Amino acid sequence: MSLKIVDTKSPQVTHKRNPGYPLDLDWVERVRMNRSALERRANTIGARRTVKKDYQLAWLLKAITLIDLTTLNADDTPGRVERLCAKARHPLRSDIVDKLGVSDLRILPGAVCVYHSFVKTAVDALAGTGVPVAAVSTAFPHGLAPVETKLREIEMSVADGAQEIDIVIERGMVLRGDWQALYDQVKAFRKACGDAHIKTILGTGELATQTNIAKASLVCMLAGADFIKTSTGKEKVNANLVTSLTMIRMIRWFAEETGIEIGYKPAGGIATAGDALKYMALMKEELGTHWLQPHLFRFGASSLLTDIERQLEHGLTGHYAADYRQPMV
Amino acid sequence: MNKIAQIFDSLDYGPAPEAPDQAIAWLDSKSRKFGHFIDGAWTAPGRSFTADNPATGAPLAEITDGTAEDVDAAVKAARAAFKSWSALSGYERGKYLYAIARMIQKHARLFAVLETMDNGKPIRESRDADIPLVARHFYHHAGWATHLAREFPDHVPYGVCGQIIPWNFPLLMLAWKIAPALAAGNTVVLKPAEFTSLTALLFAEICERVGLPKGVVNIVTGEGDTGAAIVNHPDIDKIAFTGSTEVGKIIRAATAGSGKGLSLELGGKSPYIVFEDADLDSAVEGLVEAIWFNQGQVCCAGSRLLVQESIEERFIAKVKARMAKLRVGDPLDKSVDIGALVAPVQVERIRELMKKGVAEGAVVYEPDGQLPATGCFLKPALVTHVSPANTLVAEEIFGPVLVAMSFRTPEEAVALANNTKYGLAATVWSENINLALDIAPKLKAGVVWINGTNNFDAAVGFGGYKESGFGREGGREGMAAYLKPAWEKGLKAELAAKPVAAAPRNPLDAGRLDQTAKNYIGGKQVRPDSAYNRPVLGPKGDLVGEVGEGNRKDIRNAVEAARAALGWGNAAAHARAQILYFLAENLDYRRAEFAARIRAQTGENGDAEVAASVERLFAFAGWADKYDGAVHNPPMRAVAAAMIEPLGVLGIVAPAARPLLGSVALIAPAIAMGNPVVLVPSERAPLSMTDFYQVLETSDVPNGVVNIVTGDSLTLAKTLAEHDGVDGLWFMGSAEGSAMVEKASVGNLKQTWTSRGLAYDLADPRFAGDYFLSKATQVKNVWIPYGA
Repeated sequence: MSLKIVDTKSPQVTHKRNPGYPLDLDWVERVRMNRSALERRANTIGARRTVKKDYQLAWLLKAITLIDLTTLNADDTPGRVERLCAKARHPLRSDIVDKLGVSDLRILPGAVCVYHSFVKTAVDALAGTGVPVAAVSTAFPHGLAPVETKLREIEMSVADGAQEIDIVIERGMVLRGDWQALYDQVKAFRKACGDAHIKTILGTGELATQTNIAKASLVCMLAGADFIKTSTGKEKVNANLVTSLTMIRMIRWFAEETGIEIGYKPAGGIATAGDALKYMALMKEELGTHWLQPHLFRFGASSLLTDIERQLEHGLTGHYAADYRQPMV
Repeated sequence: MNKIAQIFDSLDYGPAPEAPDQAIAWLDSKSRKFGHFIDGAWTAPGRSFTADNPATGAPLAEITDGTAEDVDAAVKAARAAFKSWSALSGYERGKYLYAIARMIQKHARLFAVLETMDNGKPIRESRDADIPLVARHFYHHAGWATHLAREFPDHVPYGVCGQIIPWNFPLLMLAWKIAPALAAGNTVVLKPAEFTSLTALLFAEICERVGLPKGVVNIVTGEGDTGAAIVNHPDIDKIAFTGSTEVGKIIRAATAGSGKGLSLELGGKSPYIVFEDADLDSAVEGLVEAIWFNQGQVCCAGSRLLVQESIEERFIAKVKARMAKLRVGDPLDKSVDIGALVAPVQVERIRELMKKGVAEGAVVYEPDGQLPATGCFLKPALVTHVSPANTLVAEEIFGPVLVAMSFRTPEEAVALANNTKYGLAATVWSENINLALDIAPKLKAGVVWINGTNNFDAAVGFGGYKESGFGREGGREGMAAYLKPAWEKGLKAELAAKPVAAAPRNPLDAGRLDQTAKNYIGGKQVRPDSAYNRPVLGPKGDLVGEVGEGNRKDIRNAVEAARAALGWGNAAAHARAQILYFLAENLDYRRAEFAARIRAQTGENGDAEVAASVERLFAFAGWADKYDGAVHNPPMRAVAAAMIEPLGVLGIVAPAARPLLGSVALIAPAIAMGNPVVLVPSERAPLSMTDFYQVLETSDVPNGVVNIVTGDSLTLAKTLAEHDGVDGLWFMGSAEGSAMVEKASVGNLKQTWTSRGLAYDLADPRFAGDYFLSKATQVKNVWIPYGA
């Protein structure tokens, strides 16, 4: 029985990786995004779709598997990263797992996401779990280093064992409409990643308009992105539902035109179980249920996990739970 | 596998029911039997009908079927309460409205759950749309009450208002009716729809609890006969109705000649236009709200999709994919998009219409999926392969059924959009602001939504063009619908002029060159179709001239010419002003001649009348570019532009008295606002206006803007009233003639204004202001959300 579950959980096997496509500027110019309408849709999703009781518990368990458990602070140390990886090995208290009766599901986060300096530490700490290590790269969070430096950074992270590379784009290229430059750079990053999957961080809080965000999403996908990601977490405005709707509609359009399914990763500011459920409902409504799998959807978050644990405990006991009773992230 | 593991795989939504317990407890506390709320007290339940939950078929309560006696008692209570209620300061009335708004917010969930149980609409809608808008409406009008005296000087409330509301937004329509009526100082007798009385009854309880003076609000439940008793009650001063165009026409005919104020908010078949440069996914989402909100049981539902041919295939595919995501089911489930229709009879009606449409060639798409086994449910439907000739395109379906057609050019989009007897709302999607703002004024609809849909707010007027009714709800124009000028109540009956017998005469005595006064149609002097003439007699019965005996065909031709001149409404207001000034100048130039003609026909001092006419033309020349719209601030990031638009072709039947001023005082405001006119001048003294066409000809008035047909006023008025190409009709004459005009206007529900035999003194300066301007125009609210 458990084998069967593992089988159904592994659609990666059939997932076709984005091969990249020529830059199609006509397509880029056809993009239209109406902010007010996007807001109306995005901001009502939580009122249109809700999950309760067992459904909520199951959805929250799924949410854990979609988390890129992240630490990206200037004061990170190997000790801090090891603690994060320990949490990744056991994202849920074992008594909660047992009471839910889901030990067969092997609930683990989607990845652990760190700076290059800690890739090795994380790879070692996660050995045997199957949880991949993601490295932020290319002069995260601003992206304004020489391209040679950025390519080298990717290569070194891959060499250290990172299976996923979260690159940042140069926001100025978008603001100047220099799609060719953006395309060329992302394409070069993708090549440097080799077999490692590439997530392109747009820094949406600095792209000014929904139309810019949509066009940048498209150019990154044409250049070969496996994921498009909203934010570094360092911009003034991080992920939100409106920007998410813009980006996932571009993913949908890209899939309609190419048949290739691109992943989506909102990051920054997603801290509550309720938020996570809204994002998941939006994904399910706009892209379909099968997009709610780790190879197509991730949350860039850390404190989110603690809140989900509390909600799960509440669901089991009927009592409200305290965060200090969950092992810290 | 345990259940959680299964859901972990399927990621289904599962049930998310809203508990009905409190609503059930409230119903039980009333023993599920209701009387009326009259004079601040509850009557004992009488002969009743059952209110059902349309989602389950379960009975909810017994509702009393109001009798004529019940209505009479309610009207008496409202009449008794009117004097003291209208005498309260606006501030005092405002405080009651504010208290009602607060109470509705406090009990919002109970109202929402009760509404959903009674009506079948999804709880998300009653909770997030209906009830918040209700509270907002009372708040907004609490403010109007406070500022009434300053904002509407010299205006008074009608008195007792009879209000009849539909079942699709039961409490919201109640709020739209009661809030402005009370703010203005009226008292009301309201009948909720028979399918959905419960929230109105809960509202009555709120009125009790805020201590609203007894008799100010009376709720009488019942069916069609109860409504008819309200419409026909002689002591009701104004009727406000929201519902079907069919019933609206019955009410228009029933109130004809009664002098009752009337506002009608009726059906629609609103176009939803998507241009190729739109944000298509957002346009699809808007469409979901346009046609599947409230199961499509929305008067302004965007039920006619018009999509540019270049994107038709792609857009339709997107719509179909979106439809597959709509969840139909238990309306108390928080994750349901489409609930139950209000009653089995509606489901049947829609099925019959669909059968007819399919027989005519329509192709229907419905997504897969199961409907609940019982209850009034329908799947969302998309109808293609149709043209305007198909029943499903022409008729209001009032259900979850979208019809789709394509267009090639913006011009064709407008033509298709306006190809309907209705004119309630319209939606335009385009990211090109130039295109969107070019299309909006061309759509014959009271509300236009650009890049959005179903935006409503108490500060922004809502109401229709054409057979979608008249009068507005919300905003300044909505307040105006519950007020009238104070002086109107003091009007006396017009004294009938003594008939003059023709004196014996010999036409050869004239001594002047014979003049042939003709009709003036499309800028040409044309002989009457009848080839007969009628004599014009002076005060002593002497023959002063002859004019054409106009008939139906002359009116037909004049209306044709006027319709061809509808572009007058698009001319720059400055240009219209210039032409009116020029008319004044040229009339003034021929002052002596016109004065002499007036004297010859009436024996009265013509100089004063000519001077007054010149001044009136001058006055309305000045108004042409000043009587304009407003920009509202609804609570969202949008501007709502209230645009003042002409009614269209205006028929004007001038009074018998004052041969020149009687016509000029009416055509001046009409053409100043851009309406082409078909004028029937004074029946007794038409020569001043047949002279006037020479002034028209020398003043650059475009052909067809003013058309003049002489003859028998009543006969010509009837033809005008019955003509579907006439958009408005002003009639000055007898009470009987006025009643005839109002009754005959039901064909296209044209807006009428009649003098009802009362002595309107058109020389009074009050008629140089906005009195006729407001009657020559209608307000279109264009919603323009913005944001990059």
